Amino acid sequence: MSEIREFDCRPNDQTGAESPLAWSFQRGPAPAADAQAGVTLRESAFMGHLILRGGAIVLDEAVREVLGINLPARPNTLAVDAKGERSIQWLSPDEWLILVPGGEEFVLEKALRHALGQAHFSLVNVSGGQTVITLRGPKARETLKKSTPYDVHPSAFPVGKGVTTIFAKTSLILRQPQADCWELIVRRSFADYVYRWLLDAAAEFGVTVERR
Amino acid sequence: MTQIHRSNRGGRIDRSRELSFTFNGKRYTGYAGDTLASALLANGVDIVNRSFKYSRPRGIVAAGPEEPNAVVQLGASEAAQVPNVRATQQALYEGLVARSTNGWPNVQRDMMGMIGKLGGSFMPPGFYYKTFMAPASMWMTYEKYIRKGAGLGRSPLESDPDIYDHINQHCDVLIIGGGAAGLAAARIAADSGARVMLCDEQEELGGSLLDSRETLDGLPAPEWVSQVVTELAGRENVELLPRTTANGYHDHNFVTLHERRTEHLRDTAPAVNRRPQARSRLHRVRARHVILATGTHERPLVYGNNDVPGNLVAGAVSTYIRRFGVVPGHKLVLSVSNDHAYRTALDWHESGREVVAIVDARATSQGELAEQARALGIRIINQSAVIEAKGSDRVTAARIARVDLDAFCVLGHEETLSCDTIASSGGYSPVIHLSSHTGTRPVWRDDVLGFVPGDVKGMTSVGGVHGVFALKAVLEHATEGTRRALEAIGFDGASSAPRLPDVAERREAPACALFQVPHVKSAMRAPKQFVDLQNDVTAAGIELATREGFESIEHVKRYTALGFGTDQGKLGNINGMAIAARCLKRSIPEVGTTVFRPNYTPVTFGAIVGRHCRDLFDPERYTALHAWHVEHGAEFEDVGQWKRPWYFPQVRAGAVSGERESMAEAVARECLAVREKVGILDASTLGKIDIQGPDAREFLGRVYTNKWAKLAPGRVRYGLMCKDDGMLMDDGTTSCLAENHFLMTTTTGGAAGVMEWLELWHQTEWPELEVYFTSVTDHWATMTVTGPQARKLMSEVTDIDLSPDQFKFMDWREGNVAGIPARVFRISFTGELAYEINVQANYAMPVWKALFEKGDKYGLTPYGTETMHVLRAEKGLIIVGQDTDGSVTPEDLGMQWAVGYDKPFSWIGKRALTRPDTARTDRKQFVGLKPRDPKVVLEEGAQIVFDPEQSIPMTMVGHVTSSYYSPNLGHGFALAVIKGGRDRLGQTVYLPMKDGVVHEAEIVSPVFIDPKGERQNV
Amino acid sequence: MFHIYCPYCEEHREEEEFHPRGQAHLQRPADPENCSDKEWGDYLFFRDNPRGIHHELWVHSVGCRKFFNITRHTANYEILETYKMGERPSITAETLAADERQSGVQAASGGWQTVGARPEDEALNTEARA
Ligand SMILES: [Zn+2]
Repeated sequence: MSEIREFDCRPNDQTGAESPLAWSFQRGPAPAADAQAGVTLRESAFMGHLILRGGAIVLDEAVREVLGINLPARPNTLAVDAKGERSIQWLSPDEWLILVPGGEEFVLEKALRHALGQAHFSLVNVSGGQTVITLRGPKARETLKKSTPYDVHPSAFPVGKGVTTIFAKTSLILRQPQADCWELIVRRSFADYVYRWLLDAAAEFGVTVERR
Repeated sequence: MTQIHRSNRGGRIDRSRELSFTFNGKRYTGYAGDTLASALLANGVDIVNRSFKYSRPRGIVAAGPEEPNAVVQLGASEAAQVPNVRATQQALYEGLVARSTNGWPNVQRDMMGMIGKLGGSFMPPGFYYKTFMAPASMWMTYEKYIRKGAGLGRSPLESDPDIYDHINQHCDVLIIGGGAAGLAAARIAADSGARVMLCDEQEELGGSLLDSRETLDGLPAPEWVSQVVTELAGRENVELLPRTTANGYHDHNFVTLHERRTEHLRDTAPAVNRRPQARSRLHRVRARHVILATGTHERPLVYGNNDVPGNLVAGAVSTYIRRFGVVPGHKLVLSVSNDHAYRTALDWHESGREVVAIVDARATSQGELAEQARALGIRIINQSAVIEAKGSDRVTAARIARVDLDAFCVLGHEETLSCDTIASSGGYSPVIHLSSHTGTRPVWRDDVLGFVPGDVKGMTSVGGVHGVFALKAVLEHATEGTRRALEAIGFDGASSAPRLPDVAERREAPACALFQVPHVKSAMRAPKQFVDLQNDVTAAGIELATREGFESIEHVKRYTALGFGTDQGKLGNINGMAIAARCLKRSIPEVGTTVFRPNYTPVTFGAIVGRHCRDLFDPERYTALHAWHVEHGAEFEDVGQWKRPWYFPQVRAGAVSGERESMAEAVARECLAVREKVGILDASTLGKIDIQGPDAREFLGRVYTNKWAKLAPGRVRYGLMCKDDGMLMDDGTTSCLAENHFLMTTTTGGAAGVMEWLELWHQTEWPELEVYFTSVTDHWATMTVTGPQARKLMSEVTDIDLSPDQFKFMDWREGNVAGIPARVFRISFTGELAYEINVQANYAMPVWKALFEKGDKYGLTPYGTETMHVLRAEKGLIIVGQDTDGSVTPEDLGMQWAVGYDKPFSWIGKRALTRPDTARTDRKQFVGLKPRDPKVVLEEGAQIVFDPEQSIPMTMVGHVTSSYYSPNLGHGFALAVIKGGRDRLGQTVYLPMKDGVVHEAEIVSPVFIDPKGERQNV
Repeated sequence: MFHIYCPYCEEHREEEEFHPRGQAHLQRPADPENCSDKEWGDYLFFRDNPRGIHHELWVHSVGCRKFFNITRHTANYEILETYKMGERPSITAETLAADERQSGVQAASGGWQTVGARPEDEALNTEARA
């Protein structure tokens, strides 16, 4: 038996799958569409989320080889591939978050394990445990100021930055992969709370929830 | 009623916009731009309150946050009530309704006043001190009078219709105070490109410039203010916040600002574009540098009857005249110790009313303003002061006398001047409250006759608060101080050529030190000389305190209530200290200063709470199956922040109106279903940690009490985790997924703590171990299928070989459940055959629903945490944190079987197990209790005694940790910890309850059902 | 509300993101089985409680989840430095005292919590700082 147990926990058939915000959407109507909305919110559900842990020197080459992205070595930074679909974010000196389109995560996990061979590292699929909420709009930053003590001013939070920080009474990963696009990576069990908080905090600006 | 004290022109009010308002049930009118205070004065309302202790009539004294008397209760409706609002800080709006907070039944005809100054004898100085030292019964007697009579304001009885919020701010420079100093600071800071915030507590920026007689760059001061404010408002790097009070100055330049966003508009916040607006907002500011430009509060003089309505602080009179077009009387006597206050006589005179005299304590009056007054023919009386005001509901005259300040006595030459207003000025106290919040002690300056802020890292005090008073000097000081601060944080570009307005230099003669004015009688016999009007502290009270031996101002303060409560000593502190210093024959700095505390002025609870209320009070964590639980009528239990199904009450069989089961009925049904058929529990909240690395096994061996060296892939083991003191901190199962790969589970409540615990030991003690931990709590949804029919049900939904010899108790297997990849663990917390299914949480719902589709014929029953508790307790399985409390070892629990005494590494907690106290044989041990009366369910937490006949206080020997009714056993049962309990099996213990009933129970084994564990092993 | 520099994230963060974990540089006895009950008791229960410089263990729990050390003044709450696990502080009560002796200036000004500036209080303060 291999020393680490790989397990593809994603079924081929996605029927009946429910994202972390499924209950929030089911419970109550989303706010009515508002053409003047200062904030637009959507869930990027069912993505592949992997936590990669190890030394930067150990991981760097394999990540570049397999993912085609340089491992961000500087604290609080984020690297995104050319298409903007795959990203890897610094979480800690020995911890990174990899986000890929849903369904790619197990292939990627196997490829990375293969590339890393006997090196000491850990790779964990957490796709079911978190979701991505995207905020856009002229008042997105103002909404964030009501929610997180982290400084989101352009001078302190440029595009390409990402941090784990406090949000209301919980925590999340906050990042800005592109201009006017904030991604909140939220733990599944807190997703509804964050969603309700965002609707409440953005109410004075008008908020639209985009559903696929 | 007409606005008898309103002048025809002047002031920053809009006479074309009349506003009506109600005060103490009476209707008045004022103008847009008024404060409630200026409108009351305009209408000739003399009495606005009754004093706290003596119930004396009180009028408006000041024009800002230092106002001690005009503290009102605001709000037209019950829901909109706001207590403790200073009328001087409340903008007038159409329909405003306010009441006095004191006065019973009303301020004009006060009951307590008529009864004969009840407070006077009830509450002498030292009241608080003596009361709290006395038997508590005394307080009960006083309290109802004090509460009723003193009127501390009241909170609304209905839910607040408004919303409030918080906003987090970061800036390079936070400027507190928008007067001359603050504006000058903002200008240079704005030019430097720094991120600048400027806040000011008043309705508009400008501070004292708004009522100043000076010109800047040839413009009247208010016009210069408008120009600068317009300029600043256009700067992208500047945020201006009027109506915003800096209330607390905390560690490392963290400042809280209270912005009143709609309080000037209505008593509830109006919507904008049909969107809700926060009524007020708390800014949580982290500033790299703070510029403190809070200015000064003018000190009133302390003389006899100085609390009678019509006694005002001199500067406030000028403010009312110049900013609001209100002259609060007809005939003015001005009593001063300094030149600057002469402006009040000039302002009064210009408004066309009579200045009876200026009484100056100094031997001569040489300054520019004094000369102007003299030129206008105003009478100036030197080396004198007002020693006493005459009148009861309004000043009728001022008694003046020649005074010797050094000898502190009256020299004679008494005169009584007829007047209706006495304005006084004893100098200017820098507003050091905020810098004082940081814990830094202020510094006394003899030249300023006041305290200035001490050194605070990252703060610069400029202008009045630093003891710089003349306008030209203030502007220069603020500009230069800010320039240096900017340089220190790396902004030096634009600050090289600061712009300073052209301001005339004024010739001023030095002020004299005058606080309490001597009276012909001693302070104890003279008419009351008030120091702190809000708390009714008199000069005599302070004298008494010093005579009774209180020498530190902190003790004097507590003895007399000086500077207590919402007042925070704004007007009275320095005067009080000066009096104490005089009595103690010390200097003021030797007496010390009191520490001012947040908040500077009261903040509504709404602003403090922000949007952390109602549904957003605390996060609610949901599992992936939450929607199903809600649909199926679950009652929920809070477990930490999780909402877990507690039980699933069903509609009672045959119920006509859809009546549902009681909790007891539901739990009994769920318990029997699990023991007899099959039940299902959403166990997703259990903490789960993925552990990978070649040293994972070694690490587990060090943090768990039991052995992990030989756990094979495919196997699961239960483990106990202790702290190094040997006390149990968490438990759970850990599965070996592969040689270097484990999945640990923790208790629901312990998840985050265990994760941090593992990291702590790895990072600080054993960094050489190659292992990584990753939380997967939210990734996996966990469903427990348990009961005699569990295997049959599972066999219908999974491709995993479930045969007992292939998939044993404490094995785990991989496969598909309802077509979804799953890991299934054969572990049991019920004592029955059980399968714990883990699937990726996004796919939990289809699996759960599929189980119910197939489960109907087996009687599949969803159960909640209550049933889980009963079932595990019947098996004597502990819940960490319920049956343990941080003082329980594995041995106390009788779990020696889970302790690897001979492991090579001295694992966490091992050494402590042999410490003398931990090794005692009479420690409280975990046992079962069977009540003698089968119907009795003992109270959890109930104390246990061996002998119920002993006298009280009884010797308590343990307590009940868990207690339930067991439908399986047909009687109540409990788990408990009892001293030496394991050696007392079969003995009877007693549980005396507070209602006098004494329950009897037998000590038994904690395992009530299936002691051999055959049911879970089938 | 402290503003704390995380040596791993390399920037200042709000106190809400951190948890204090007590005194830093505690040494778990290397051979627990052979240390006395007193030694083990000291390790478990006894901690310094200085008025002045204190080295503390903190964790950036909402952030990088790394443990690190803070040198903090317990009276005025000033954070003098933060440093990674395994590193030694460059500022200690001893280095500060040496600096004071050299410059003749008291290093830590402000932040006194006691009030009522009577001479005996001053003496107490001076004593505690020495
Ligand atoms: Zn960090």
